[in-house]
Amino acid sequence: MQTAVIRFPASNCDRDAAVALEKLTGRKPLMVWHRETELPAGVGFVVMPGGFSYGDYLRCGAIASRSPIVQDIKAKSERGMAVAGFCNGFQILTEAGMLPGALMRNKNLKFVCRPQKLKVETTDSRFTSKYEKNAEVIFPIAHHDGNFFAEKDVLNRIEKDGRVLFRYDDNPNGSLNDIAGIVNEGGNVFGMMPHPERAIDPLHGGTDGIDLFKSILETL
Amino acid sequence: MKALVYVGLKPGVLDPQGRTIARSLNDLGFDEVENALQGKVIELTLKDTDAEAAEARVKSMCEKLLANTVIENYRIEIVTAD
Repeated sequence: MQTAVIRFPASNCDRDAAVALEKLTGRKPLMVWHRETELPAGVGFVVMPGGFSYGDYLRCGAIASRSPIVQDIKAKSERGMAVAGFCNGFQILTEAGMLPGALMRNKNLKFVCRPQKLKVETTDSRFTSKYEKNAEVIFPIAHHDGNFFAEKDVLNRIEKDGRVLFRYDDNPNGSLNDIAGIVNEGGNVFGMMPHPERAIDPLHGGTDGIDLFKSILETL
Repeated sequence: MKALVYVGLKPGVLDPQGRTIARSLNDLGFDEVENALQGKVIELTLKDTDAEAAEARVKSMCEKLLANTVIENYRIEIVTAD
């Protein structure tokens, strides 16, 4: 399976994402620069990496979300291509309108950087099918703007459709309903503030992220 | 000509920065401060054109980039030289 990682100016988890994808697919992902206008043919899964694209100017992810490659990714995701955004990647996906809601400044105004316990809310999704039901996992978090917000009717719809895939234990940022990660209506676009791509190697403190990659890769 | 774009959080969206500013002003003895909302001002320098057309273009800029209308409101002021 051919995968791709998008690189924006000041992405900094692009390499982590590439290492995770290579480890789990046996094949190096394509590293695609944000000025490209089209993904190479055959890409089935795209990762929007973490980082501080464009220095978080204007709003986190705002300028990256208007870059040429994102328009192509958006169009292809509407035809079913799988996309995951972690941390800044999640912010980019909400700014691009590919996921609902917005990520605001953390409620306590602090940058949080720590291993974070999460609850796998459902295993009935393309991104969580490999987890045990009600599993608890630990992924690193490192963000200043991870406070998930959506208007009430939008939030209700996300909840009713079972599109919350991960919730925080001991909410670190003020996110509504402890939401850590959500999917779009089609179930093929996923975003979360924590970093599963940094939880794939026992030497880095844990491997709970592996099943997330296994889940989505198996569906391709 | 210039356009001033004021972007701020919508009412009902928690503004922790504004709240911290208000609290800090209270700590400095400004007891009359009940609330603060923090936003940003973006000053655009535009090629001269008629104000109405400029405002329509700036509105489009706000919708496309300058504001995230999920959480933010914006207000536009067109400033002509004379």
